[in-house]
Amino acid sequence: MRFSIVVFPGSNCDRDCAHVLESVLKQDVSFVFHKEKRLPATDCVILPGGFSYGDYLRSGAIARFSPIMEDVVRFGKSGGLVLGICNGFQIMLEASLLPGAMRINKNGRFICRDVFIKVENPDTPFTYLCRLEGKEVLKIPIAHREGNYFAPPDVLEDMKKHGQIIFRYCDRHGTVTEESNPNGSLEGIAGISNKEKNCLGMMPHPERASESLLGSEDGALLFRSLIAYLSGRRL
Amino acid sequence: MVERKRELAISLGLSNDEYERILSILQREPTEAEIAVFAAMWNEHVSYKSSRVYLKEFPTKTKDVLVGPGENAGVVSVGNGYALAFKIESHNHPSFIEPFQGAATGVGGILRDIFTMGARPFAVMDSLWFGSLKHPRTQYIAGGVVSGIAFYGNCMGVPTVGGETNYDEAYDHNCLVNVFAIGIVREDKIFFGKASGNGNKVVYVGSTTGRDGIQGAIMASQTFGDEAGQKRPTVQVGDPFTEKVLMEACLEVMAEGLVLGIQDMGAAGLTCSTVEMASRGGHGIRVDLDLVPLRAKGMSAPEILLSESQERMLLVARPEDCDRVLEVFRKWDINANIIGEVTDTNRVEMYFGGQKVVDCPVSALTDDAPLYKRPFEKPAYLEETQKMPRVVVEEDIQSAFLRLIDDFAFRSKRPIYEQYDHMVQIRTVIPPEKGDSAVMRLIEVPPKGVAMTLDGNGAKTYLNPRSGGFNVVAEALLNLACVGARCVGITDCLNFGSPENKEVMWQFREAVLGIAEACRAFGVPVTGGNVSFYNETNGRPIFPTPVIGAVGIVEDCSKCVGIGFVDEGDEVLLLGNVEGEMDGSLFIRRCVGILKGNPKCVDVLLHKRMIDFLCDSIEKGRIKSAHDISDGGLLFTLAECMIASEKGLGVRCRVGIEKDKVLETLFGEGRSRVVVSVPRGSGHRFLEDARKSGIPARIIGEVCRDALRIEDVGLCVPIKTLLAFHEKPLPGI
Repeated sequence: MRFSIVVFPGSNCDRDCAHVLESVLKQDVSFVFHKEKRLPATDCVILPGGFSYGDYLRSGAIARFSPIMEDVVRFGKSGGLVLGICNGFQIMLEASLLPGAMRINKNGRFICRDVFIKVENPDTPFTYLCRLEGKEVLKIPIAHREGNYFAPPDVLEDMKKHGQIIFRYCDRHGTVTEESNPNGSLEGIAGISNKEKNCLGMMPHPERASESLLGSEDGALLFRSLIAYLSGRRL
Repeated sequence: MVERKRELAISLGLSNDEYERILSILQREPTEAEIAVFAAMWNEHVSYKSSRVYLKEFPTKTKDVLVGPGENAGVVSVGNGYALAFKIESHNHPSFIEPFQGAATGVGGILRDIFTMGARPFAVMDSLWFGSLKHPRTQYIAGGVVSGIAFYGNCMGVPTVGGETNYDEAYDHNCLVNVFAIGIVREDKIFFGKASGNGNKVVYVGSTTGRDGIQGAIMASQTFGDEAGQKRPTVQVGDPFTEKVLMEACLEVMAEGLVLGIQDMGAAGLTCSTVEMASRGGHGIRVDLDLVPLRAKGMSAPEILLSESQERMLLVARPEDCDRVLEVFRKWDINANIIGEVTDTNRVEMYFGGQKVVDCPVSALTDDAPLYKRPFEKPAYLEETQKMPRVVVEEDIQSAFLRLIDDFAFRSKRPIYEQYDHMVQIRTVIPPEKGDSAVMRLIEVPPKGVAMTLDGNGAKTYLNPRSGGFNVVAEALLNLACVGARCVGITDCLNFGSPENKEVMWQFREAVLGIAEACRAFGVPVTGGNVSFYNETNGRPIFPTPVIGAVGIVEDCSKCVGIGFVDEGDEVLLLGNVEGEMDGSLFIRRCVGILKGNPKCVDVLLHKRMIDFLCDSIEKGRIKSAHDISDGGLLFTLAECMIASEKGLGVRCRVGIEKDKVLETLFGEGRSRVVVSVPRGSGHRFLEDARKSGIPARIIGEVCRDALRIEDVGLCVPIKTLLAFHEKPLPGI
């Protein structure tokens, strides 16, 4: 499969995503510089983590005006697969590919640690192997200062109705609790999709949990889902 | 007029004698800009004028060292065509004045040193020494420093993966912030900070030049009085986003082969980078200061020359490559301006407003810089402190132990390292607090990995600077061995008081000699480092605190072990001496309340055997966890093995303590002692192996559920109690 990883000024997980896709999962990867106006022919676009434009002003607020974003939005709105990780998720919110907004973590600080997330909806191109392989709880690290997700009540209701809440922070047994919510995120939300389920934004970093040497391979499950989905296996 | 210039020179930190020296070198009155240049180049921080005579003692060569001291960072080969660039630097003075920005720009500076070599930085570690909790400023400093490091390192996408954090009243008025960074580079793509080739262009890239940080290096070469707060304008302000983009652009022009020489503008800014590049390249350099992009109006030539605005680099390129260089920087939206050229005059020439404002031989600023062999004298305090009293404790061992682990040394540093992105770049195999060293995989040359540790011990170095220097190297090497790594090089950060104080100079000399002796004894090169003098306030110096950053290689990083116990039933062994040393130990400092003793150097032969044995055994997969016994002693170490255990395991021990040696066994430190756990049933065979390798060893217990038990003394502390102490908050964080 052909993956395009967008490189914004300040992206710093672009190379990590490329390593997992290329070296671990043997996929084709191309980096797309943010000043490009058109995406190359691609099966999936990844907006990687990092500090695009230094997170100055507000995470993702400036990156969404990068020239490439117009084509990324077009691609996502026309059914193309877009995965936004951490800063990429924040950019997707700012670009209105996904509903809601991010606030600064409840403790006001950057938090980097392993967390557990519960797969709330396995019927997406990003998560469907979770059901097939019986993995409802994933161990994947977070690393962010602005991951405290918020959406107004009507939007949240609408998202629930359409199964758009994909991941929630939970404990190791899969129970969503106050203590397992690291950043104060609304209802422990860790990842959401659009109604069509082709655009996913998540705060945890699956690329950091894709090799056993690093302590977890649960993140690779999401990439493998994408690849399997793209290879034509049905949902 | 003459006197006005002398006053200017003195206000910039030059001495009267040094001003006379300038007059005799130039054979005329210097211009104001020249005074600025001399002051910048001849200050302690840049010239090492008080330390150079001793730093020569360090061994600096092995077959693996590709670049030794004198460049922006040392470089050591890891084989397969790749090499590691690493270095440690201090940002003590600015961090005390303005903790957040001081620490942030410390990270920024050391990362520039690494990518200047052509290496992509992949890890940062910090050695932090704060004052006691009693001091009102400690919490403010600790909190600011940690957030500053997080702010800069996280945005750069370089993980902060380890280090040490200490609190002691010796650092009440002078905190230490030592930052280590490491990067990876192809052996045939190493770059140097040199300007050569007559007519080649000098290109300024990065942020504009402003009035921030003017005289920063000069400030760092002075002690503090009560007015430290007024020095805030000498601290630079960091912009990690600009540096991240600057790094990508620099690595790109380097990869394209467009760069002949490159140097960052750190201490003493444009002055230092131009002069050092010309000096290393054996050429002259001509710069037009009017072409330097400025962020403030009306800056004078001395201001431009002394500004320490961050995120700036200087590079040298062939005239025909300049268009492409400028194009790459435009792509990344980074300033790039041609500001001068390399000449064959061996002179530094600077123009400003159409006038030549600096014109002097390069060598006058570098080779002819003053070199001092400062007077030294054995400190009077040693007579008193080196008398080690016989230690007796009234209370039982259990309550003494519980008092000991109430120290900050036992507390989890999680509130610190969780603020740092310690996983970005997906290399972190052993994360903070899980091993005696951090271990990063080398994706470029799998399955190799690199282990890194920072070690310092101010209190013990205060008691005996010679053994302090020696043992801090020995401990760093043992920390590497406990994950399975063999040292390939060290970088040192030497934090001391004023070199003009004879007793401080004695401490410095002794510590350096100790480090040098250890390096020779263990066959380890020093590849670079940093000296930070003048860490004293109102005449009170800090503890002499050499901090060693050691780097080791492991052939297969999947075999590395951590400190945490792994499985119930595993056998626990004590390798090395049974008793440790009480001199200067955490126990006598915290539980007896005295700082006394005369620590000895470790036994080189035993220490070497221990290192070899650990590395071999870990490589063969015979060890499941290893932790050296340092601050706090055996009990403290066992408690840490429990806390780091993923499964929350305990240990049941019968140590076989000799009568009258209870304290030395349980609380004594150092002396090449290591606690290891091995698979159930393999203990006796392992014991034999250790003894055959010439290492005293005994099985002291086994990994069990939920408590630390020492049957010899009836001690039993549940893991819940240990965790409660471990999770107490760190002040200010």
